[in-house]
Amino acid sequence: MFYREAGDFKTSYQDDNQTFPIKFDRYRYYFVLFVAFAIIPFIINDYWANAVFLPFLIYAIAAIGLNILTGYCGQVSLGTGGFMAVGGYAIYKFMTAFPDVNVFFHVILAGLVTAFVGVLFGLPSLRIKGFYLAVATLAAQFFLVWLFNRVPWFYNYSASGQITAPERTVFSNPVTGANSEPWMVYLFCLVFLVMLTLVARNLTRGALGRSWMAIRDMDIAAEIIGVNPLKAKLTAFAISSFYVGVAGALYFSVYLGAAETEAFGITKSFNILFMIIIGGLGSIFGSFAGAAFLVLLPVVLKNVLVAWLGWPTDLAAHLEFLIVGGLIITFLILEPHGLAQLWRVAKEKLRLWPFPY
Amino acid sequence: MPEQLVFAMEVFLNGLMAGVLYALVALGFVLIYKASGIFNYAQGVMALFSAMTLVGIMEGQVPFSHLINAILGTSVHHFGWHLPAALAILVTMGVMVLLAWLVQVVIFRHLVNQEPIILFMATIGLAYFLEGLGDLMWGSDIKKLDVGLPQGINLWIDETTFNIFDYGFFIDNLDIVATIIAAILVGILVVFSQYTKQGRAMRAVADDHQAALSVGVSLSFIWVMVWSVAGFVALVAGIMWGAKSGVQFSLSLIALKALPVLMLGGFTSIPGAIVGGLIIGVGEKLFEFAIGPIIGGATENWFAYVLALVFLVFRPQGLFGDKIIERV
Amino acid sequence: MKKTLLSLAIASVTLGAPVSAELVYPSLSYRTGPFAVGGIPFADGYADYFTLINERDGGIGGEMAKVLECETAYNTEKGVECYEATKDSGSLLYQPLSTGITYQLIPKAEADGIPILSSGYGRTSAKNGKVFRHTFNFPVNYWDGASIGINHFKEQAGGSLEGKKVTLLHFNGAYGKEPIRTLQELSKMEGFEFNTIPIDYPGQEQKSQWLQIRRERPDYILFWGWGVMNQVAVQEASNIRFPMENFMGIWWSGAEQDVLPAGDGANGYKSLQFQGVGSDYPLYDDMKKYVIDAGKAAGDGSNVGTVIYNRGLYAAFLAHQITLDAQEMNGTSSVTPAMMRDAMEQFTLTAADYEAAGLGGFGPDIKVSCENHGGLGTAAITQWDASAQKWSLITDYMPSNYDLINKLVLEDSMQYAAENNITPNCD
Repeated sequence: MFYREAGDFKTSYQDDNQTFPIKFDRYRYYFVLFVAFAIIPFIINDYWANAVFLPFLIYAIAAIGLNILTGYCGQVSLGTGGFMAVGGYAIYKFMTAFPDVNVFFHVILAGLVTAFVGVLFGLPSLRIKGFYLAVATLAAQFFLVWLFNRVPWFYNYSASGQITAPERTVFSNPVTGANSEPWMVYLFCLVFLVMLTLVARNLTRGALGRSWMAIRDMDIAAEIIGVNPLKAKLTAFAISSFYVGVAGALYFSVYLGAAETEAFGITKSFNILFMIIIGGLGSIFGSFAGAAFLVLLPVVLKNVLVAWLGWPTDLAAHLEFLIVGGLIITFLILEPHGLAQLWRVAKEKLRLWPFPY
Repeated sequence: MPEQLVFAMEVFLNGLMAGVLYALVALGFVLIYKASGIFNYAQGVMALFSAMTLVGIMEGQVPFSHLINAILGTSVHHFGWHLPAALAILVTMGVMVLLAWLVQVVIFRHLVNQEPIILFMATIGLAYFLEGLGDLMWGSDIKKLDVGLPQGINLWIDETTFNIFDYGFFIDNLDIVATIIAAILVGILVVFSQYTKQGRAMRAVADDHQAALSVGVSLSFIWVMVWSVAGFVALVAGIMWGAKSGVQFSLSLIALKALPVLMLGGFTSIPGAIVGGLIIGVGEKLFEFAIGPIIGGATENWFAYVLALVFLVFRPQGLFGDKIIERV
Repeated sequence: MKKTLLSLAIASVTLGAPVSAELVYPSLSYRTGPFAVGGIPFADGYADYFTLINERDGGIGGEMAKVLECETAYNTEKGVECYEATKDSGSLLYQPLSTGITYQLIPKAEADGIPILSSGYGRTSAKNGKVFRHTFNFPVNYWDGASIGINHFKEQAGGSLEGKKVTLLHFNGAYGKEPIRTLQELSKMEGFEFNTIPIDYPGQEQKSQWLQIRRERPDYILFWGWGVMNQVAVQEASNIRFPMENFMGIWWSGAEQDVLPAGDGANGYKSLQFQGVGSDYPLYDDMKKYVIDAGKAAGDGSNVGTVIYNRGLYAAFLAHQITLDAQEMNGTSSVTPAMMRDAMEQFTLTAADYEAAGLGGFGPDIKVSCENHGGLGTAAITQWDASAQKWSLITDYMPSNYDLINKLVLEDSMQYAAENNITPNCD
């Protein structure tokens, strides 16, 4: 009844081609943006920013990046942690080498550096496929982490190898460093997320995205009809690494403030992979859903178990594992294609509501 | 004999032994992948879980003691008995068979015919679940595993090589025992799969599910059996590694060491896992010995993967893996 | 989703409301994860001490002490989350027990005005109180430890390390790399050959490293490990039959669980310490009476008196003494983090204070000032007796090479100050 296309006629090609053709979708999108930009910054506090929103925004960016590579182009990659490290260390070097340039540009530069590194490590994908490629990307993960540990130039020769983000401002409000206000860091990351999501959505809807999906579905047939696998795979690696690099730069400079290579370890790579699988491969919404699931669920569980029920902390931590694992399995049995598929099915049903078919 | 060459020989032998231990972990992966096409991310956690269960049964720990104490306010920790290792291993094996059956019934029966990535995700969920379950049942502090395996330098080898090369080689007794046990295990597995009815059925299922079904092989029974065998392999690996460094969370990370072995040897081949393990073990130790000091050490983490990657570029299905035939 | 958010928002407001008439000590513990073997006894010791003070003394200055535990699993993200969750509950003092998390929290705590005490870990250059106003690391830090260890080996070698070989076997992370620069300087000063051998996380496979040691035959090994790599290192050292009295671990690598698995092979292994070992102190009688026998112990009681448990107890003891000082200085029993910080900057602890608390000889003398947030920088050395299964002190609390350490501290802290636009000051 609400979610219908009847009576909604398009009169220009531009209207017909838009991302959200159904009016209800568009209004929902505007509403979410309104809440995100106009309401949350006024009610956010330190804990919500640092424990919930910032990780969600940052992991959503990384998840979109990995989804482009794995979900849309079919190249399984386990090197996400290593690429986030590239983003983090790149922005550190830029911030300390050019303190007068706005950190906004540094984030983008860090993303570009990571894109370049991503293309390098994506070259084996031209020859190796499937799970073998996943394990090959682990080489990237471990090598990059070792490199940042080993070469002192990356951490400016400090005695301990840790990097700390100096304070930088955007419109004279600090964004990095400890004096940053929660609403400022939230908005900063949100702006990046919205921009990058728009770009991703349009890329995946366009020719480039279609070439990725062709490679994913049947790469030999795609090559036969003229999709260039080199271009498709390497652009997927490049763009995906750009996203992951931006996420890594924000993760270090805005969220953590200080990092060592342990923060970008193999667990991070697996976490982001889990997010996109739970959320749904090949779907932008799925990246958001998966990131929300894996960021919010432990926090909620911890607050429920420790704060409300008063259980000992280690018991709560063990139960967290149990519950997350159990939920993953349940979701998979109920809906193997992730939360995004659940959402799609719900929308399908909603389009016909109140009619059954 | 030049000193460096003698050192290199020592490193080579130690690399072979390390490779055997990696191969042991990789075997579990290969078994499950061969029979059901599932890449079992939970193999490392299964090794941890089985080792924790073994220690818990040997020491007579009360399972779920922390949870029980928190809910009921009691203070029970131990039953008070002390089982001998052999008996405890049998009981743990029983637990792993039960686990295999549960995994099959609860998880994989509902996910028949799904894509490989979905099945992979299910094993990830299983890994989280088992880890939480293991910690909940037996506690997350470190436990000592003592099944009577010897540790320490093998003096006979030390003396003999000293007499020959003027430098005594260091070969750990535990590694020698592990090699022997792994060899026996592989022998048993090969005999099992080649010469017994169930083993042939397993190979049939690995080949083609539909065809196996049509000749009357019970798929779910074979899958339970395969998971049990993988559980047994995990238990052996858990015992070996647990005896070296105690049973605690990091034990599950040995699965990461097995991945380059799988890449090299191919996901579907038992001899591949062995040969791959040996190559990786020798390769990473020799690289650390020769080039490590120049570039700063601690190269073992990534070199194994780079080595496997180089192999894969020339042979994308691994050394012994099934050739990837793609149909358009 | 929205409804959950709303209810969570309400919950967090009620959760975050400050608890009045109580002294809150957050415990960022890790009872799970790869370093639980060290995290569990520390958290137990910390919690048990405050339970004892509540039970025996009725709190500190009449106010009950509350330990707010938050599980971090040694993970920096969770550390940040725990800090944000607990900082508004009236937290007085943070002792994160993780170098990584401490680095995270230093700028945040500075901005929020809550002091951090990272005794024997964390950012060593925080000793320079003029740059790091809210971070303290008394009684001793890693660079002091390295220097004291070298001094001990020098004494053992008959007064000179000229021509000897010293290896630093270390965890390949910030924590393990801390002493490298100090040891490099010392190697130039004392004339010994110095090299480093890193161990990657988790460190349960150290065959290559120990084969290298066996080939190179260093005279002395200093060891900076944590978690399972400790016991693997001791086991491997005994396997290659390295003379254990030449093998010394930092205070995080010298606990019972690190040496027990190696059995008799670990006999003679040494470790630096900055607090007492064993439970042979009058305070432990009270602990037994009021906490353990009364069933209020945090763990199952098996950790009491072990090295890391004692460290947790010591951390709580320091927090207790600081609170007493703060209460006295300000004439009130409900202290604020700012009062704690000021009390810490003037903190002194003498042998008489230890004696009065029932912990005579438990720790070194401490004297803190604005320029020196790291105390006198002394540590002692303990040795493991495998047959008696006991650690015992074999030296007194010894000083480090102050001039060298202070020079390095100044260098590193000024670099931090330059990068972060901090003007060193003492107001």
